[in-house]
Amino acid sequence: MKKITPATLEAIASAPVNAPKNWIKVGLDTGGIAAGARYVFDALAGHIAYARHPISLLRTGSNGLSFADPVVEIECAGMPHVLYGNIHVADTKTLLDEHIIKHRILEDHVVATRDRGTKCEGDTTVILVQDTSAEQGDRTRFFQDSFIEEVRRQGLQGKVQVVRAMDMGIYKKGLVVQLLPSAVTYENVLAANISEIIMDTVKKGIVLEKLLHREPDPQVRIVMRNCGRLDPESLDDALRHGAYQGLKSALLVHGWEKTIGVMKASALRGRGGAGFPTWLKWKLTRDNVADQKYVICNGDEGDPGAFMDRSVLEGDPHTVLEGLMIAGLCTGATKGFFYIRAEYPLAVARIQLAIDQAKEAGLLGKNILGSDFEFDAEIRLGAGAFVCGEETALIASIEGKRGSPSPRPPFPSVSGLWGKPTSINNVETLAAIPAILCRGGEWYAQYGIGESRGTKVFAVTGKVNLAQLVEVPMGVTLHKIVYDICGGVSNGESIQAVQTGGPSGGVIPESLLDTPISYENLMKLGSIMGSGGMLVMDSNNSMVDVARFYLRFCVDESCGKCAPCRIGGYQMLQILERIFKGHGKADDIPKLKRICHAMQNASLCGLGQTAPNPVLSTLRYFEAEYMAFIEGGVTYARKIRKQLEGVGQKAS
Amino acid sequence: MRAKSENNSKEWDRKPANQRDAMIQQIIKAKINGTPVEVPAGTTILQAAQQVQIEVPTLCKHKDLLATAACGLCIVRVKNMRKMPRACCTPIEEGMEITTHDSELTEVRRTVIELILSNHPNSCLTCGRNTNCELQTLAANFGVRNDNITRYVRDLPKDASNGSIVIDFTKCIKCGRCIQVCQEMQNVWALSFLERGINTRMAPAGDISLAESPCIKCGQCSAHCPTGAIVENDETATVWAALQDSNKYCTVQIAPAVRVALGEAFGYAPGTNLTKKIYTVMRRLGFKAVFDTNFSADLTIMEEASEFVERVAHGKGTLPLITSCCPAWTDYMEKMHSDLVDNFSTAKSPQQMLGAMAKTYFAQKKGIDPAKIYQVSIMPCTAKKYELERADSMNASGFADVDICLTTRELARLIKQSGIAFNQLPDGEADSILGEYTGAATIFGATGGVMEAAVRTAYYFVTGENLPKEGIDIHPVRGLDGIKEAELDVKGTKIRIAVAHGLANVDKVLDKVREARDKGEPLPYHFIEVMACPGGCIGGGGQPYGISDDLRRKRTEGLYQDDREKQLRCSHENPEIIRIYKEFLGAPLSEKSHHLLHTSYSARPKYQR
Repeated sequence: MKKITPATLEAIASAPVNAPKNWIKVGLDTGGIAAGARYVFDALAGHIAYARHPISLLRTGSNGLSFADPVVEIECAGMPHVLYGNIHVADTKTLLDEHIIKHRILEDHVVATRDRGTKCEGDTTVILVQDTSAEQGDRTRFFQDSFIEEVRRQGLQGKVQVVRAMDMGIYKKGLVVQLLPSAVTYENVLAANISEIIMDTVKKGIVLEKLLHREPDPQVRIVMRNCGRLDPESLDDALRHGAYQGLKSALLVHGWEKTIGVMKASALRGRGGAGFPTWLKWKLTRDNVADQKYVICNGDEGDPGAFMDRSVLEGDPHTVLEGLMIAGLCTGATKGFFYIRAEYPLAVARIQLAIDQAKEAGLLGKNILGSDFEFDAEIRLGAGAFVCGEETALIASIEGKRGSPSPRPPFPSVSGLWGKPTSINNVETLAAIPAILCRGGEWYAQYGIGESRGTKVFAVTGKVNLAQLVEVPMGVTLHKIVYDICGGVSNGESIQAVQTGGPSGGVIPESLLDTPISYENLMKLGSIMGSGGMLVMDSNNSMVDVARFYLRFCVDESCGKCAPCRIGGYQMLQILERIFKGHGKADDIPKLKRICHAMQNASLCGLGQTAPNPVLSTLRYFEAEYMAFIEGGVTYARKIRKQLEGVGQKAS
Repeated sequence: MRAKSENNSKEWDRKPANQRDAMIQQIIKAKINGTPVEVPAGTTILQAAQQVQIEVPTLCKHKDLLATAACGLCIVRVKNMRKMPRACCTPIEEGMEITTHDSELTEVRRTVIELILSNHPNSCLTCGRNTNCELQTLAANFGVRNDNITRYVRDLPKDASNGSIVIDFTKCIKCGRCIQVCQEMQNVWALSFLERGINTRMAPAGDISLAESPCIKCGQCSAHCPTGAIVENDETATVWAALQDSNKYCTVQIAPAVRVALGEAFGYAPGTNLTKKIYTVMRRLGFKAVFDTNFSADLTIMEEASEFVERVAHGKGTLPLITSCCPAWTDYMEKMHSDLVDNFSTAKSPQQMLGAMAKTYFAQKKGIDPAKIYQVSIMPCTAKKYELERADSMNASGFADVDICLTTRELARLIKQSGIAFNQLPDGEADSILGEYTGAATIFGATGGVMEAAVRTAYYFVTGENLPKEGIDIHPVRGLDGIKEAELDVKGTKIRIAVAHGLANVDKVLDKVREARDKGEPLPYHFIEVMACPGGCIGGGGQPYGISDDLRRKRTEGLYQDDREKQLRCSHENPEIIRIYKEFLGAPLSEKSHHLLHTSYSARPKYQR
């Protein structure tokens, strides 16, 4: 491969994208593959080859829409750009026949883009309809028929297709209609509006202001800007999407000192959970004089239900590598390590590929982009110990030692990997950095509130309708994420609480969901930002059970080094198990609180200090449930367990 | 590496040079419980607190070792700091206002102690550390009066496989001291942590038995263990049985380092020399003859110094000569440095030499059937138990040189069991012929002592005259620095010597030798003394508990004082030594000497399976 020079990057940045015109992209990330995307990809490849469809089949990462996996995106001349969800092998032939040959959209598979058009230019060819007022039963078909009837009546038959969408990204707004390709979106459409929509908007291009869905998409994609768009296994495609432009400006325009300044202006804080200012971490590492320094990408994502880092590593590996290189430049490190858990084989393979491609293209090694900057990167696999996400334990693990934390100070910025100054940044942090350098620190800092700026990716799972990755600016409320992006709670149940921050976090009750998300606010509520896992729980969930679940996770994952965490966690779990089985004692709650207090204060690392959070926060908001278990005894416990089992069966 | 207690050298080493220099000059002012303190930068809160007479409780931090921060008891409160930092590993900072004790801290500490107790067997009364256990003391001090956290202790069998130390894994509180000792101080890497969470346990790495592991039996793990998890293999009952047996003629020998440490078990100040009281108590216990290992230390020097002179002056044998009287070291060398087997002094250790002489020379002289002689040795060391059966040559006379070895701690127990009021005993004397010793012998117990003793005699062998009185103390080989080097002038011949103690230091010295050897350069040293335990035998793994550099210095001083007060300070001057060569052995390195007083070494696998 040709070496990449600043001139190459400039040419790519200024020249129009030289990408295929007609394409099908299949989201081949771990989630998609688990849902069958690989088979879909192969089946599509077979059909395309057999039928000689004039279309390129491409792979990409996850765009975050986990509920819709496997996801297939099609760009085909004469058709609006469409994203299909839940495409399985059986659908592939129909998909190609319909979409490419017959130019018809598949029913019930379209996941509407979150674009919101305000003008209707050009001919509308597709009308997407979905009834989002779930309470009264699904009336989508009824509306579809009405639209089809109206289309026919107005003589547009064959020109406009009316399609039931799978998901419009808008909830509780009655009948939602989106016109393609203009993406003009109407909400709360009544039967009476149908004829005017066809008459005015479709035929004349007049937008009906009264029906227009005006709410902008709450999501802002910075970290995930390329996920689900580019081919994670192609350097060319990454370059087309702007890869290494941030490095170029850091290296050739700003220099390390100004780059740190840009980072300071962006106010980016570590997205691994603790929220330490990234620029400061780099500065501290830079200020320590040493013959060798290191930067580490922490890809040891381990919170139950969290998969942001995996998606970014799998979806946009070059950007993470680029972020690590910029970190290297700013700290003075010439060597970077990706610490990725071995349970993420695809992420490991794609990062390795990215490293190999970058090496071949001269982006790693000596004299990067013609400068005197030297950098090399390699991967170290984590064995899946949760505690190895803690930076001193992570360092020990890379050094080949038992992955247990050590006291700080000395901080890694002073004495880290092999005793050398080391900066450790999370995947998500690193992925944001190239974008910040391309567009400026102030641009990034425009998002967010207070001390928490920029965007944060959350993995929303649990009793939520549409489990997915969302990237929102700081300051968005939990309520908005759960209801407006993820479609609320499944089965129409009411929400009881949202758990954030994984096993180190806590539960936030329904009444507090209107709190704007920031590091500080979540802390005040007894939870933490954490890496971004967000688990939604409805009224069927037992909070004692939830506390038990998270605590068990921490007990299993405790490295065993320090006594408060090793024994305290275990003993608390015994008490919780006892309470949950209906054998709780009157003094169990004070005892729990006492052990929590000791663990919080006397544990060595973040794991032990925060492990009591799920217990403390459930005690804070749901102590009544604990009391009910203790007072209700075995009878009550049996009833609740039965209820939970029932829910489990329903779900499966 | 030998972690220094006072300034945490390792932590310092990890700081970049520019910071380290800045730190040396910087003095930090802070307040602890309202009392102002001024300490050099880099001092931890724990150390600073000691300066103002405050002992912050800890179970894992040991003065010899770097903080592992495992127990969580030393947490303190710092004004304007949200978290409670650990005093053991947090350097004090300018202007810090520290509170070491208040109701909340005490409550947290008590809870942590209760948690540790909930994971510890409730068997104080039958424990080897009963009344001498750091956990027990803390539980008592914090007034833990209830047992209301359900006890969970894993059912793990003891490991008594190697005969020197016994590990009771259930009593381990995972402080990590033994592991740091084994890995960092001794570079043996026999012990490690296995598993995780509540199931974490300390065990021989790879979950094998201790006997199958690289363990060298030095016993430093047992000397540093805060609880009864690692103790010496207690053989006092066997000795009682032997003393009772009328068919046995029980004799005993006392090692140099024992005399200045045993007193600690009876309330004496550390370093008090109790040689004569020990002679008396031995007789009262029923030993028929009381010998002193110091006698055979002189004998060892005669053989070893002759060997050295042979190698240096006559070119017979490999240089540098390396001492071999420390059995933990010989085991380590056979496992880890077997390429240097030829450099080893073949002279047996004083323990074995004395045994061999007791069952030959002494038996002949007294007309006792050597088969009846039951030789007990009192050693500061757990590895000495292993040395008894180290090689076939330990039975060269036809009988085991020594039959059983007790550590200083076991002897203290034996005396207490006997009901003898040790403190009130009159002085006594050792049995003549194997009891007289010189100053050179007594310093065997301290690091550098063997070297010093050997040099005193080698100098005489080479020059025919004794070192001048003012030159008899060889100061460069004394003290607690991990590696000590010196160049001595023996009438024009330059002799380069090195002394290393704490096995992690030994590797550095040996690597220098190897490098020179491989490059064909002149040898960096002619003579190397190695002691496995930091400080030498006075800091041995079988000595009374509570080891620290301070204690090492006091015990060492006890030995040097004994040396100073001796009329005769060179081994070759010992009249009993002169006599034994005349009457029995002939000359150093004679055929008889070789047969009875020398041994051989060979490579051993690190792992036995």
